[in-house]
Amino acid sequence: MRVTQGTFSYLPELTDEEIGLQVAYALDRGWPCSIEFTDDPHPRNTYWEMWGLPMFDLKDPAGVLLELNECRKAYPAAYIRLNAYDARYGRQTTALSFLVQRPAEEPGFRLDRAEGSDRRIGYTTHAYAADRPQGERYR
Amino acid sequence: MSGFAMRNGSPATPGEPSPAEAAPATLPPDARVDLARERAESHADEVLDALDSELIGLVPVKTRIREIAALLLVDRVRGRFGIDSGRPSLHMCFTGSPGTGKTTVAVRLAELLHRLGYIRKGHLVSVTRDDLVGQYVGHTAPKTKEVLKRAMGGVLFIDEAYYLYRAENERDYGQEAIEILLQVMENSRDDLVVVLAGYKDRMDSFFSSNPGMSSRIAHHVDFPDYETAELEEIGRLMTAREGYRLAPETEPVLRDYLERRRGQPRFANARSVRNAVERARLRHASRLVAAGGEVTREDLTTLRPEDFLASRVFTA
Repeated sequence: MRVTQGTFSYLPELTDEEIGLQVAYALDRGWPCSIEFTDDPHPRNTYWEMWGLPMFDLKDPAGVLLELNECRKAYPAAYIRLNAYDARYGRQTTALSFLVQRPAEEPGFRLDRAEGSDRRIGYTTHAYAADRPQGERYR
Repeated sequence: MSGFAMRNGSPATPGEPSPAEAAPATLPPDARVDLARERAESHADEVLDALDSELIGLVPVKTRIREIAALLLVDRVRGRFGIDSGRPSLHMCFTGSPGTGKTTVAVRLAELLHRLGYIRKGHLVSVTRDDLVGQYVGHTAPKTKEVLKRAMGGVLFIDEAYYLYRAENERDYGQEAIEILLQVMENSRDDLVVVLAGYKDRMDSFFSSNPGMSSRIAHHVDFPDYETAELEEIGRLMTAREGYRLAPETEPVLRDYLERRRGQPRFANARSVRNAVERARLRHASRLVAAGGEVTREDLTTLRPEDFLASRVFTA
């Protein structure tokens, strides 16, 4: 099952050149970029690991791509996303966030139903990959 | 939506077509290209002319920069014929005494390389040892990398680069910064141009202890000291830029001042001229205030001999 999170997730994978163009767009608007990775892509897991600090004062996407490739080398089987933060007063939020790497095999999610009193049902999504310990979930 | 547009190959960054995108498909072998037009389109001449008119002297430097501009232009036209010549290496080393215009030329160089399409942004990141070298183990690499990332797409100007290497301390973290720098200079040649600057003799000893650095720098440019006549010209340009002018009888005084100042220790070429002009402005202002009464526009803009003659240089 293909995880669809963030911008562009219904499109074919972006090439490095296309990622560079998106980063250039963000930098032109003064949004600093940051790189994050995880092996727990549950939709409610908003806190991914940071790959270094957010990159401030960059003018050119080459610097972001350099870090991205470093991160890919270190975690070849993790989900990696690229965030661009708009610090403008009145917005102060992530303006653009998209996946730039995903594992080769994505087992997907199981839907658990918990029956409660009065025929109520609680639903939980559970990543198959999360059954294995951290670091061994995708390879 | 922009994702789809991008996939079709239309540029995603409006208003900034890179030269590669603007150029049409490969020209046939028998085509002819008008070099003069190509040159006019790059608007490089504006920067070169500004360099000529706003910077006095520095003939060897200007010649070298004109040569580089010509090379990049020719390379661009060759590229249109599909001749692949590889990117020339433009890492440089500026050596010269203090105040000979190394930083100023570096700023112009960044602008020029941007117009000729060699670098993508044309900004200048000016750093010294403090910005590259960390204070404790493991601090240097991230610091250096951050600076390099900031400089990408532009020019990284390392002032007084010889401080990076301290021969007397083998555990100095400067060595680590040099290694990262070398690696990026080699691998990311497309992304940034590194310019090292410093005094001639100390740069020479820096290169002799870091032979890898010396061989990765293609252009060693030496900035000569200014002649007195050139310094005078610089002084005139500086006063004019700040809305002052020299009274006719001030000019020989300024020349005399520069002659004397040159012979004294810690003479810093154009920087000393600027300081002299600044101090003359101070004396000019206090002279006007002390005299009181009404002033004309003429009084407010004219530097008189006594503004310079009060200097310590004449008493020593």
